[in-house]
Amino acid sequence: MWKAKVIVTYKPGILDPEAKTIQHALQTLGYSTVEQLQAGRYFEVTFGAAVKKAAAQKQIQEIGTRILSNPVIQQFDYTLEECTG
Amino acid sequence: MRCGVVVFPGSNCDHDAYHVLKHVVGTPVEYIWHKATSLHRFDLIILPGGFSYGDYLRAGAVARFAPVMPEIIRYAERGGRLLGICNGFQILLEAGLLPGALIANHHLRFRCQDIYLRVANSRTPFTRAYQNGQVLKMPIAHYSGNYYADAETLRRLQEENLIAFQYCDRQGEVSASANPNGSQLNIAGIFNAQKNILGMMPHPERAAEKILGSEDGLGIFKSLVGYA
Repeated sequence: MWKAKVIVTYKPGILDPEAKTIQHALQTLGYSTVEQLQAGRYFEVTFGAAVKKAAAQKQIQEIGTRILSNPVIQQFDYTLEECTG
Repeated sequence: MRCGVVVFPGSNCDHDAYHVLKHVVGTPVEYIWHKATSLHRFDLIILPGGFSYGDYLRAGAVARFAPVMPEIIRYAERGGRLLGICNGFQILLEAGLLPGALIANHHLRFRCQDIYLRVANSRTPFTRAYQNGQVLKMPIAHYSGNYYADAETLRRLQEENLIAFQYCDRQGEVSASANPNGSQLNIAGIFNAQKNILGMMPHPERAAEKILGSEDGLGIFKSLVGYA
């Protein structure tokens, strides 16, 4: 079985208020070495046993673009790995 | 004039919109269930506010795939008038019917308060009851109302007069301090290029009767009903 691990983040240049707030919190806590923080969302998508690697790749591209991310403001990246059950 | 109000799981301003059209404006209106796949002939369809599908993933991201949406997109492509309020605006953006996106308010707080809006374009079927520059009072109630679009899109919105409303102060000045959510250019509502679709974050249906504190929102419904 193939499992896709998908990470959705804001595109560079788009101010993410949540990431900025977390970054400020870290700096307030004394982590002055923190220069930048980016936040995102993580998804694991596992395909059925009959799905071959190429098909899983094609589907996760489509799912990532159509649903998991909003291409106007976000980008996504994924890795595909083989897993059992 | 026949109006429809779409009901998604989690819509909570559907009854308000229905009430204003039926009892305040006095025009025939019916609910449209989110699973409907064929629609009657409508002159106006409203995507109401609320938290469709719990706002999971992103506000409006799941609703745009509801069974009723392909039919609504066809309706809009034929020139049908479509008004998205709050969550309805978020759905219109996710569906690609309007440009840009709405992200979390810049201060990360849910804002539920009255705000002032400046009418930026009154020469449309949605806003013809107003004057350009008129100041309206309406409530907002949202967490993701921070309008974002790239520079090219913002330029086009301005050049083609597609900005409907901008957040302003009581005197009508569009300023950073009157911006309740961080929206670019203080944008509170926009039209599509054909001006048959309006998406807006403030709630005109909650400001259509004096007893509710403002009837400044009624002009949108009167504009639309008078137009048909």
